[in-house]
Amino acid sequence: MEESRAGGRNPNQLRPFSCTRNPLERAHGSARWSQGDTIVLAAVYGPKPGTRKGENPEKASIEVVWKPMIGQIGKQEKEYEMTLKRTLQSICLLTVHPNTTTSVILQVVGNDGSLLPCAINACCAALVFAGIPLKHLAVAIGCGVLEDGEVILDTTKAEEQQLKSFAHLVFPNSRKSASSKAPNQKEEDSERGLITSITHGVMSEDDYFSCIERGLAASSRISDFMRTTLQKQAPGDV
Amino acid sequence: MAAETAATAAGGLAGEMEVEAYRRLFPLAFLERHLRESVRPDARRLSEPRPTTVALAAVSSAHGSALVRLGDTAMLASIKLEVMSPSSEAPDEGSIAVEFHMPPICSPLVRPGRPAEVAPVISKALEDILISSGMLNLKELSLISGKASWLAYLDVYCLNADGSLFDAALISAVAAFTHLEIPLVSVGDDGRVFTVGGNEGKSKYELVNREKRKLMLTNIPFSLTCALHKDSVLADPTAEEESIVETSVTVVLDSSDQIVSIQKPGGGVTSMATITECISLAKDRRRKLREILMDSVEAMEVDQTD
Repeated sequence: MEESRAGGRNPNQLRPFSCTRNPLERAHGSARWSQGDTIVLAAVYGPKPGTRKGENPEKASIEVVWKPMIGQIGKQEKEYEMTLKRTLQSICLLTVHPNTTTSVILQVVGNDGSLLPCAINACCAALVFAGIPLKHLAVAIGCGVLEDGEVILDTTKAEEQQLKSFAHLVFPNSRKSASSKAPNQKEEDSERGLITSITHGVMSEDDYFSCIERGLAASSRISDFMRTTLQKQAPGDV
Repeated sequence: MAAETAATAAGGLAGEMEVEAYRRLFPLAFLERHLRESVRPDARRLSEPRPTTVALAAVSSAHGSALVRLGDTAMLASIKLEVMSPSSEAPDEGSIAVEFHMPPICSPLVRPGRPAEVAPVISKALEDILISSGMLNLKELSLISGKASWLAYLDVYCLNADGSLFDAALISAVAAFTHLEIPLVSVGDDGRVFTVGGNEGKSKYELVNREKRKLMLTNIPFSLTCALHKDSVLADPTAEEESIVETSVTVVLDSSDQIVSIQKPGGGVTSMATITECISLAKDRRRKLREILMDSVEAMEVDQTD
């Protein structure tokens, strides 16, 4: 018997998510991404001239600062910073503005589970609003594996504590077909790869691949949402 | 575009330039020319990890220690035990504190005022994996329920950073725990627990634990880092390969081949087939590492009985 999750969601259902465009006026681009009660505010400043020592001057470099909601900056924040930096480096076109630094600052406003995926989505939106050239979008989703092997999506904090293991996955956005015939969903899904994967807890190989499958399917929904939200608004729109 | 012209320029200059200069000036072209022949700059096959050695009891003053060499990467792990009172939520469990250090000796990129970025990340990853894999049963670190338990300080020092730092750190941490011997303790008149050494100590004081114990370790985790470049999967990359290749995957497996962790922080878009290949390489590696560890443990026991 399937247990219903708190809040009456079924295993594949995501929490209602929303994205606010440029809530911060001074930043070059900013986004406030919320998934249920998990809210992250991302601000992008850049490209600024010069790179830090040790970075490759032939490419743009990305600097990430993560500010937690409470408490001091510790190893967890450093891990998030590194994961975000490497994920963003793979989606940005780094050779367009060589020898520049783009700073991404994240502030956690609310933490109710799936924090890293929410942050990655917020960063991606903020980069688009700032006009930084990207190869494709990064769509992030958190999947949890229950004791019986069932996979649930977009876990809350309470659910995360009961889980056997969970995985945070980032996929590139789904492609919109230019041709008129409807694309075969399964074919399209199998072509999409994985940008980032961070797992915690022990899971079997099958569990991991079923997380990826479910995550991939759910990411197309987030991807469509991003496509409509991030499009440049025409002058006539409010 | 710029990369293409550089490659053709490299092709033209290659005939005239010295190999070392070519290696420094065009690192990507140098690596790709090797990969076309299915070999790597240090003459290894693509899926071949570097020779690994594990030496236990490297630090005689520590309660458990190990020195691991993975090619040129060297890691020293040492464990010191300290008695402390357990937390109220888990009165019959001990605890561990893991710290990963990258002193300036390990790499020219690390300087006293410029700590390495990866150090806190590896530190946290080590702690998470040691606990989540279930290798340690914290109840074994308990002394007197509710009053005294062991706090194990695990310090891993990187002595030479030549790629695959996390893999080497995990092997050294695991090896140090297999070598760990819990000392004998007794309770003094003032209620404080103190360690007792030597044979007279055994008869003089009333001991809390009967004999020096080794920990029972189940489900030992082992890991393999692979660098992914276009279609090639390079197992156990060196620092040079890691700096050229942007994408890397670290797979940690336990003794029943379950995935303890898959960390792929960014890098290019990777297909599922490549991830599956990395997992199967990690399975082979796990079996070999387990043999290496068991051999060094047996060698240690032989030395002790002599």
